[in-house]
Order: sequence, then structure tokens, then C-alpha cells
Amino acid sequence: VSTEAATLAPRSRLRLPTGVASVPAIWGALVLIVAIGWLVVSIDGGDFLTSSNVTNVLQRTVALGIVAVGQTVVILTGSLDLSVAQLISLTSLIGSETMDGKESMLVPALALTLALGAGVGLVNGLVITKLRVNAFIATLGMALILRGYIENNYSRPTGAVSPSWGDFGYTRMGPIPVSVILFASVAIVVGLALRRTRWGYHVYAVGGDEQVSVLSGLRTHRVVIAAHVICSMTAALTGLYLASRLGSGTPRVGTDGGYDLESIAAVVLGGTALAGGKGRISGTVGAVLVLAVLDNVFNQLELDPFLKQAVRGVVIIAAVAIYALRRRAVRRGPAVQGASA
Amino acid sequence: VSDVLVETALPPGTSWLERVRGSVARSAPIFAVLAVLLVWISIENPNFTEPPGFLAFLRRAAPLAVLAAGQYFVIVSGEFDLSVGSLVTVTVVVAAEVLADNPDSTIPAIALVLLLGGVVGLVNGLVTTRLRVPSFIGTLGMLLILDGAVFYWTEGAPTGSLSESFRTLGRGGVDDVPVLEQLPWSVVVFLAVGLGSVLLMRADLGKQFVAVGDNHRAAGLSGVLVARVKVIAFVLSGLLAALAGVLLGGFAGVSAQVGDGLEFQAITAVVLGGVVLGGGRGSVVAAIAGALTLEALFTLLNLLGVSGALRDAVEGLIIIAAVAFAAFRLRADR
Repeated sequence: VSTEAATLAPRSRLRLPTGVASVPAIWGALVLIVAIGWLVVSIDGGDFLTSSNVTNVLQRTVALGIVAVGQTVVILTGSLDLSVAQLISLTSLIGSETMDGKESMLVPALALTLALGAGVGLVNGLVITKLRVNAFIATLGMALILRGYIENNYSRPTGAVSPSWGDFGYTRMGPIPVSVILFASVAIVVGLALRRTRWGYHVYAVGGDEQVSVLSGLRTHRVVIAAHVICSMTAALTGLYLASRLGSGTPRVGTDGGYDLESIAAVVLGGTALAGGKGRISGTVGAVLVLAVLDNVFNQLELDPFLKQAVRGVVIIAAVAIYALRRRAVRRGPAVQGASA
Repeated sequence: VSDVLVETALPPGTSWLERVRGSVARSAPIFAVLAVLLVWISIENPNFTEPPGFLAFLRRAAPLAVLAAGQYFVIVSGEFDLSVGSLVTVTVVVAAEVLADNPDSTIPAIALVLLLGGVVGLVNGLVTTRLRVPSFIGTLGMLLILDGAVFYWTEGAPTGSLSESFRTLGRGGVDDVPVLEQLPWSVVVFLAVGLGSVLLMRADLGKQFVAVGDNHRAAGLSGVLVARVKVIAFVLSGLLAALAGVLLGGFAGVSAQVGDGLEFQAITAVVLGGVVLGGGRGSVVAAIAGALTLEALFTLLNLLGVSGALRDAVEGLIIIAAVAFAAFRLRADR
């Protein structure tokens, strides 16, 4: 099991001198895009590599980044989660409603919201593993259920976050927003769990080949259920973060952000295989940064928001096509012939 | 490592006859569910049993049924098409822009949007097969491109209007038909698409769709041009999405939201029909029945006075339950 993860990993990496070799390809693209962005924006007369703009870019990564980390975990197991956008809306509402502007309710609200996320993830995981419903349909169904609940109970921004939670989304340590530190911590914790724990190896094994994992004696259902619980909890965190930024919960904050499909796109952009079993958190983080930098460059160039969306679509297709072509090229090369046999 | 073998549907050596019998047995429940819903609707609303009432239902269901047929070809070949909803919007908006200047050019406008749908499908197919982008991501990118492009072009508010003759296909019909009073054109289109799909699935091409979705490597070794077959499936999906757009535009008029969420509804309909995501199993008739079932469900929830908001929740529960039930049957079969 562990050898599989080890032999598969080099395919999705740049071949660079030792030390840099473990960096996913998307980080190379990030460097390139930052360089081009800096050039284009400078010619246009804007500021790019200033501390306030870097802060802006980092701030833009938080909401998508946190949920994309969770989405990476479920996709690695060979599943996926289309319910995160609705869950983000719902947790932003429940969180700020529970806080109701009171500092004393902060901790209960955070606990309740994360528990709600865990519960939704548990149901998703159970439906997928025990009822054997395809993940696409199971989480789409969950998204519809959550949407029904939201639309039946909320029609406008509701509740208010506590003063300190309201500050959380806007506080900085030097040029780095505190919320970015939250995103980084989530990414590091989940990344380490995937690379260093037994559960993490099981995630790669189940995503690589579920049948083989079952025959090897893994409790595959538990692995998938845990992945869904983690994913839904990251969605809850994103919901809480957005509530902090906006001051209250909003019924459409998750769907307007398109976090369901965007998070899946970010994961795949980061080099994780949609079929599961291959990929890493650092790739997803790089992809989220790429999307945020692109967004910032387009904004500075005052590109029409809709044109921006179209360009985004082209970028996603092109990037994934390049991965697929590279993977084929690498497979034909002599270096990994032994590994893939 | 993981893409060497696609899981085969049935043990090797299963004859085609057994395969067909199996797929009928698997798709049968959808017809029972549809029948129950239709009976329930007629109890709630006796008008439903009269020809005009039932035809009105079919007319409402026609666009989704056409979309489901297109999505079926793609899904049974082992892929996804998430771009159909945005393609419906593009169809309606482009037709309205074209017809705004000269309302008489209905036929050219329809030809143009069908061509557009075919081209979008072709691009989806080539991106999936030549560039090897997973269709989930490729068609998701296409969704972003089409949505962005249409909003950019219209600046968020589509202008122009659809001519009367263009809208006839969606809301008009053949008058003075005995018994039926009026036979809506969209029902004619729906029946034609259904018949065409059944004939196509009986032809070599249809069998190749299933073979490619079941095991693309085995199909390739047997001489099927896998990439070409998949591209054709995507082109059909694009064409039928444009056709659904023509029907919906006629029925509902111009709006930039007309196609919102239709891709998920179409996939849901196909899956409700017992077609397995991942390809290789399920019938097109059952997929279309899935679309009718979904529309019947909407109609019934409406009649029962379930609010629009809760409708989503009920729909979600029923979809999960239906697919879980199908999964149990599949295991029992094995």
C-alpha cells in the first residue's frame, strides 16, 4: 500500500534538482503566472507585488482554499462532494444565528456549526458506503435537501457574528491575514494526516483500488466516511469564515461563490486525479493560489467579470489537458517503466 | 495503475440476450414509479386524464426528456456532460439576438443554434478524447466558458426576442386533431427524439456506445473506434441540448437563467432510469422515463401544495432513495 503511494507520486511532479523535487507542477505554474501577472499589471500601470496587493491575493484564497482541502481528501478516496456549497450557506446562517452578536455564544456556535458539518459528512459517507449510492448522486441529493431547508427557513441575511469573530476575518499579522493562517493550518494538518498517518495511507489505497484495499483487509467504508466528515467540516469552516467577513449568515453565499464545482476544479487543477488515489494537498493549495492570482490580475486589468469566468474555464481545461499529456509522456519514458508495471 | 481495467458489468461469457434481459429487469422499477405518480396525479387532478391535460404535462416534460436522451448517450459511453444547462441558455439567448433584427429568419436561426450545439458537443468530445481531460472537468470548463461568454455578450440582460414562428415549436401545436384537440409540436419532437434514440441504440453505433462505456479497452481491441464513438455521443448531447433550448425558449421565453441547473436534472433523470454512472448499463427508454418521472414528481408536489423550497428537499430524498434501491437490486442480481 505504502509503496503504491510512493511510486505514483513522482509522476505528478516537476523534475527539478533535489530539494525542490517534491513540489507539485502547479507551483511552477504559479511562479510563471505571478511573473507574467507582475509584468502585465506593471505595464498597465497597476501595483502587483506590493504588500497590500499580496494581502488581497492571500485573503482571496481562504474561503475556497479551506473547502478545497476537504474536497481533496474525498476525491483522493475516489468520491466527490457536490453538497459543500449549500453546506457553506447553511453553516454561515446557523453559526451567525447562534452567535446572535454575543461574545459568550462564540464557542458554542463554532462547536455547533462544526458538529453540523460533521453530521452532514457522516450522512454523505454512510449513504455512499452503506447504501452504495454513487457519490455524485448522493451528494447532489444532499445539496438539494440542504437547499430546500435553507430556502424554506431563510430568505435574507440572518443573525450576527460576535464582535471578535467579526474581527477575525479582517485582522492581520503584518501583511498576513489571520484567516490565512487558519487556511494554512488546516492544509498542514490534513496534509500531514495524509502523508504521515496510517489513515492517510488508507485514503490513497482506497482511492487507488477499492477492491484491492478490501482484499488487503482495510475497512474501506470507515476511510471514505472519515473523508466525508473531514470535507464537510472544512465546508463548515468556510461557512464560518464567510460569516465573519460578511458579519452575518447569507442564504446564497455558498452557491454564489460556486464552491461546489470550483473546489473540485481547484483539486483537479492541483494535479489530483478525479478517479482518486493520486494527488497531494500542496497541489490543491498551489491551485487555489493560482486561481486567486489570476483573479487579482483580471481585476486589476478591469476585465469584465463574465469574461473572467470564461477565461477561467479555458485555464482549467488547458491545465488539466497539460497534466494528461505530461502523464502520458512520463509513462512512455524509461524512468517509471518499472514503477508502473 | 488504476486505469488498466474498467470494472466489467457482467461476468465474461454473458450473452447479449441475457444482458438485454438484465437491463430490462433493472430499469423496470422506473416505469412502476412513473405509473404510480401518474395515477396519483390523476386522483389529485381529474383533468389530467383528459387528453389536453396529459398533453400539457408531456409538453412541459419534453425539454427535460430531450436533454435526458442526449445525456444518456454520453453517460452510457462512460462520460459526463455538465455543459448542457448552459448550452440551453446560450441557445435561447443567441436565437433571441439573431431574431431581434429579422424576425422572419426562424429556420436559419434554428439551424444556427443546432449547429452551435453540435460544435460545442464536438469540442467537448475532442477535449475528452484527444486532450484526455476527464469529461467532468472538461464540460465543467465548457459550462464556465458558455455562461461567461453569454453574460459578457449580453451584459447580463439578454435583449431581443423570439419570433412567433420560432416559439411555435415550444408552445404551439397542430390544431383540430381528433380526440386530442391540439397536438403540441413539442410532444411531436419528444416522440421523434424518443423513437430516433431507440433506433440508434439498436444500430451498431448504439451498441458501440454501451461497449465503450462498459469496457473501453475491450471495445477498442474489438475494433471499435473508441474516441470517435465518444465524440459522436458528445455531439448528440450538444445537438439535443440545443433542441431542448429551442423548445424551452418557445415555452418560457427569453431569460439568462433558462438553463440553470438543467445539467443536474438531466443527469438525475438518466440515473433515475437505472442507467449507471460510469457507463455500460441502462436503456434510453428508461432514461426518458426517468425524465418524465422527475417532471411528474414536480407536478405532483405542486398539486399537493408543497412549497417550492421544500420541493428541493423532497426531490433530493427521493433521488437518493431511488438510487439506493437500484443499488440493492444490482447486488441482489449478482
